[in-house]
Amino acid sequence: MGVRLVLRITLKENTMIDSQKYKTLTVAQIRAGLLEKEFTAVELAQMGLELAESEGKALNCFITLCTEKALGQAKAVDAKIAAGVELGKLAGVPVALKDNMSYRDYPTTCASHILDGYIPPYDATVVEKLIAADAVIIGKTNMDEFAMGSSNENSYYGPAVNPVNNTCATGGSSGGSAAAVAAGITPLALGSDTGGSVRQPAAFCGVQGMKPTYGAVSRYGLIAFASSLDQIGPFARNSVDLAELLTVISGRDKHDSTSIDFEHPDYAEGIDESPDLMRIGWPGECFGEGVDHEVLESIGELRKNLEEVGHTFVDVSLSQLNAGIACYYVVATAEASSNLARFDGVKYGIREGDDSDLLEMYRKTRGKGFGAEVKRRIMLGTYVLSAGYYDAYYLKGMKVRQVITKELDDVFSKVDVLMTPTTPTPAFCMGDKLQDPLAMYLSDVFTVIANLAGTPGISIPAGRTHSGLPVGAQFLGKRFDDARLLKLAHQAQKLIQ
Amino acid sequence: MSQTENKNIIDGFEPVIGLEVHAQLVTKTKIFCACENKYGAEPNTLTCPVCLGLPGALPVLNMQAVEYAIKMILAIGGEVRQRSIFARKNYFYPDLPKGYQISQFDLPIGEGGVITISADGSEKQLGVTRIHLEDDAGKSLHPEGSGDTYSRIDLNRCGAPLIEIVSEPDMRSPQEAYAYLSKIKQILQYVGVCTGDMEKGHLRCDANISVRPEGQEKFGTKTELKNMNSFKGVERALNFEIARQIQTIKDGGSISQQTLLWNEKKQVAEAMRSKEEANDYRYFPEPDLTPLHVSESWLEEIRESLPELPDARSARFVKEYGIPEYDAGVLTDTHTLADYFEAVAKKINDGKLASNWVMGELSRYANEGAFDFAEPHVAPEDISRVISEVKALKISASFGKQAVKELVVEKKPLSEIDFGGNQMISDTGELEALIENVLSSNEENVVRYLAGAEKLIGFFVGQLMKETKGKADPALVNKLLKEKLESRRS
Repeated sequence: MGVRLVLRITLKENTMIDSQKYKTLTVAQIRAGLLEKEFTAVELAQMGLELAESEGKALNCFITLCTEKALGQAKAVDAKIAAGVELGKLAGVPVALKDNMSYRDYPTTCASHILDGYIPPYDATVVEKLIAADAVIIGKTNMDEFAMGSSNENSYYGPAVNPVNNTCATGGSSGGSAAAVAAGITPLALGSDTGGSVRQPAAFCGVQGMKPTYGAVSRYGLIAFASSLDQIGPFARNSVDLAELLTVISGRDKHDSTSIDFEHPDYAEGIDESPDLMRIGWPGECFGEGVDHEVLESIGELRKNLEEVGHTFVDVSLSQLNAGIACYYVVATAEASSNLARFDGVKYGIREGDDSDLLEMYRKTRGKGFGAEVKRRIMLGTYVLSAGYYDAYYLKGMKVRQVITKELDDVFSKVDVLMTPTTPTPAFCMGDKLQDPLAMYLSDVFTVIANLAGTPGISIPAGRTHSGLPVGAQFLGKRFDDARLLKLAHQAQKLIQ
Repeated sequence: MSQTENKNIIDGFEPVIGLEVHAQLVTKTKIFCACENKYGAEPNTLTCPVCLGLPGALPVLNMQAVEYAIKMILAIGGEVRQRSIFARKNYFYPDLPKGYQISQFDLPIGEGGVITISADGSEKQLGVTRIHLEDDAGKSLHPEGSGDTYSRIDLNRCGAPLIEIVSEPDMRSPQEAYAYLSKIKQILQYVGVCTGDMEKGHLRCDANISVRPEGQEKFGTKTELKNMNSFKGVERALNFEIARQIQTIKDGGSISQQTLLWNEKKQVAEAMRSKEEANDYRYFPEPDLTPLHVSESWLEEIRESLPELPDARSARFVKEYGIPEYDAGVLTDTHTLADYFEAVAKKINDGKLASNWVMGELSRYANEGAFDFAEPHVAPEDISRVISEVKALKISASFGKQAVKELVVEKKPLSEIDFGGNQMISDTGELEALIENVLSSNEENVVRYLAGAEKLIGFFVGQLMKETKGKADPALVNKLLKEKLESRRS
C-alpha cells in the first residue's frame, strides 16, 4: 500500500482563527472575514493545510497536499485585498480536489499505483477556473482507483474514513473529497460523478454533492473513467456554497468537445428566494424492497416538509430503474477499457518487466499497476466490445441507455423534478461489500440513471439514522435544470434544519 | 469475363487487388490539437498533452482537416455524409500513446467515388468504397547498427490528420494498382490536400490481394500487404505476392489469410509474427467527440472552391490549345506543370509551341533536377519572351535553347540575355555570301555531295552555323544551301 509523505508546515503562533470556527465558515463568511481583516487568506490556508495534515491524515482523505502553491495562492489573495483589487468569487476559499483532476506540478495519481511518479504538465480546466476565481487549492483527495468503486476502498493509498463514524466507508468514488468537506478541512471540494461518485459519498458523509448536467462542466484534465458519463461536480456543506462553486466551474470549454455552450446563471443568485411550486415525482421503485426503513422514514419526513410549503408530489414509475446498473456496467466498462489503455508503462508511471519483450512489459506493468476492481472492469469492458459480443452487450447497452433516457424524459414531461433516496442504505461498514462487487454496485442504483441520461442530480443530507448515520435525499432534474435543483435543495435544507 | 483476351491472366489465374491509401493532410495544425502539423522537426518538439495522450486531455476536431477530406471526396465524385461518427480503434503500441486511434468506422465522412485510369489504351473506372478521417500515430525508430538497444519514439507525427481512401477490389494487375495510386496522388495534389510524397510517408498504401482461377466469380482468400514505401515498391510487392499465391495454389497448397510485410531490401513479403497481428480493434463510437455535421451550404462552398481536376483540364487543353491528347496528359500530370504550361501558352498565344518548349526543354531540365515546376525559379513570362523571339524569327531556335539554358541552368536574369546581339541572320544576300565561303573552302565535300552523299547537307549547315555562331536562320540556310549546291551541278 502506498504512503505519500505530507510536508509539515509551521503554523503562526497567534493565528486569529480557531479550527472550530474555521470548520463552520461559509464562502460568504470567508469573503466578509477577509475584507473585514478578521483573518487573512494565508491564515485560512494554513488552517486548511494543518487540518488536512492532522485530521485529514487520520481520515486518509488526502493523497497529496499542495502546500507551496496553496500558500502562494493565499498570499496573492491577501495582496489583492491590500491593494484593493477586486476579488474572485472564491477568494481565499480552501478547496480540495479529487486526485483525478490534473494539477500542474503535483502528482495526479487517480489513487493508482500505475501513475506513480506521474506529474501532469498542465492544469485541468476546472483548476484554471478555480485559480482564476482566487480559490486556494489545499490538496488532492483520496478516491477509488480511477474512480471505480463506491466505498473508497479501492484506493492504492488505502480507504478514506467516514468522519461521521470511523468504521464506516465514506462511499465513493469521491470519498476523500466528501470526507474533507464533512470533517471541515475545506468548505468546498470537487469530485467526479460517473455513476453516483459525488452524490453517494455526499450522502454517506452527510454533505451536499451535485452532478451537474452532462456538458455543463468541462472534463478537460479530468482523467477519464467513462467519458460519456463522467462529470465533475461540487461538494459543500450548504447549497449556497455548492451553487457558488458550480457557478465558477461551469461553462463551455473549447478544449472539451462535449462541453455545451449554454447561458449558465450565477447559481447562487436568488437561491434564497422560495422556488416556484413544483410537481415532484415520487418513483415507487425507489421506495420499495431493499431500501433501508430509516432511509425511507427520513425521505418521507422531507416529503412532508416540502408538501407543507406547497409542493405537490406525484407518483411516477421508473420501470427501467433496475436496468440502469446493468446498462451502466456495460457502457462504463467499455469506455474504461479504452480510456485506461494509455497506462502502458511506456510514457509515464511505473514500468515493470525488462525491456526485451514489449508484450511482457505491458502485462507486468498493468498487472502490477492496476488494482483488482480496475482489472475487473477493464476485462468486462474489453469483453463487451469484443468481436462477436459487441452487439449482444455494448450495442444492447447503448439501446437500453436510450430507453432509460427516454423514460426519464417522459417522466420529466409530467413532473418538474424527482425525489429519491440517494442510496438504498446509509453508509455501510468498511469491508462489508468488498467481497461482493454486485452488492457494492447496487448502492448506485438510484444515482446511475442521471449519468446515463446526462441529467443533473443533487444529494442533500436529510436527517440521520438512530445510530447517527447521515441519510441522503436526491433530487433529479431535467437537463440544464441545475439552477432549479439547487433552489429546491436550498429550500429543503432550510426545512430540515 | 468478356470475349476479348484478358491480359491480366497469369498461368490461368486472375489477381484481385484492393488498396487502402493513407494520405496525410497538409493542414496547418494537427487533427485534434493546435500543434503544428509539420514534417522534419526535432523529435518530440511538436507535441502537447492532447497528442501525447496525457491523462485527461481531450480531442477537438480541426475543421480544416474536415474541409480537406471533403475536397478529396468531392474530387472523386463521392458522397459526403451530413452526419458522420468518430470511433476508437483500440490496440496497444508504443507509438500510439492513447492506446487507441481515433478513426471512423461505420459512419465515415465519405462514401463512394470513382478513380479513372487508362489501362491498355482504354479507360477503366475503379470504385472507391469510402474515405474516412483519422489521426496518425507516432513513429517508432529502431536504429540499426547504432549500438542503441532501445527503440525510440517520435511523437511529432502523432495526431497528424489522415484520410484513408479504401478502394473496391477492382484492380486486376499490379500495373492497374500503380495507375490507381498515381491517380490518387495526382488528385490529392491537384486539390492541394496532400503532398503525395510516399518516401516521406505522406502517402502510404496497404494492399489486399487474392487470386482466382480464370473465369471464377468468387474471390480467393486474400492476404494483406503492408510496408511498401514507394509506388514501384507497391508494384513489386504485388507482383511478388501474386506469384507466391499462384505458386502456392499450383503446388496444391492453400492461401491463408494473413498480413505480410514487404521487405524492400530482400524483395520479399514476409509474414508478420502472429503476436504483432492485432485482430480485434474493438471499435466503438468515440465518446469524447460529438457527431460531425456537414452543412449543405458549407459543402457547396467547398465544391465551388475545388480546382479544375486533371482529366477535365487535360480535355480542355486539347480543345483550347489544339495539342494532342498525349501532350495534354503529360502537361496535366501535376497542377504546377499544367499551370506553368498554361501561363506560357497564354503569353505567347500558341499552345502547340508552348507545349513543345515546356515538354521539351523545361521538362528535360526538370528531370535533371535543374528546374522545378512547383517552385519555378524562372517565371513563365521569361520563358515566353524567349519563345516569342524564336517565333518571330528574331532569334534561331538553337539560340532560343541556349537562352533557356542560361536562364534555367546558369540562373541568369532575363536582362542579361543578349537578344539583340543574337538577332537571326535572315538576309538572303548576307547568307549567300557566307554559303559561298563555306562551299569553296570545302570543295571535296561538295564533290561528294554532288556524287550522292546528300547527308553532307548537315555538315554544311553546321559549318554555317559555326560561322554565324548559330544566328543564321536555319530554314533559309537549308533552302539557300540546296540552291547553291544544285547550281554547281551544271
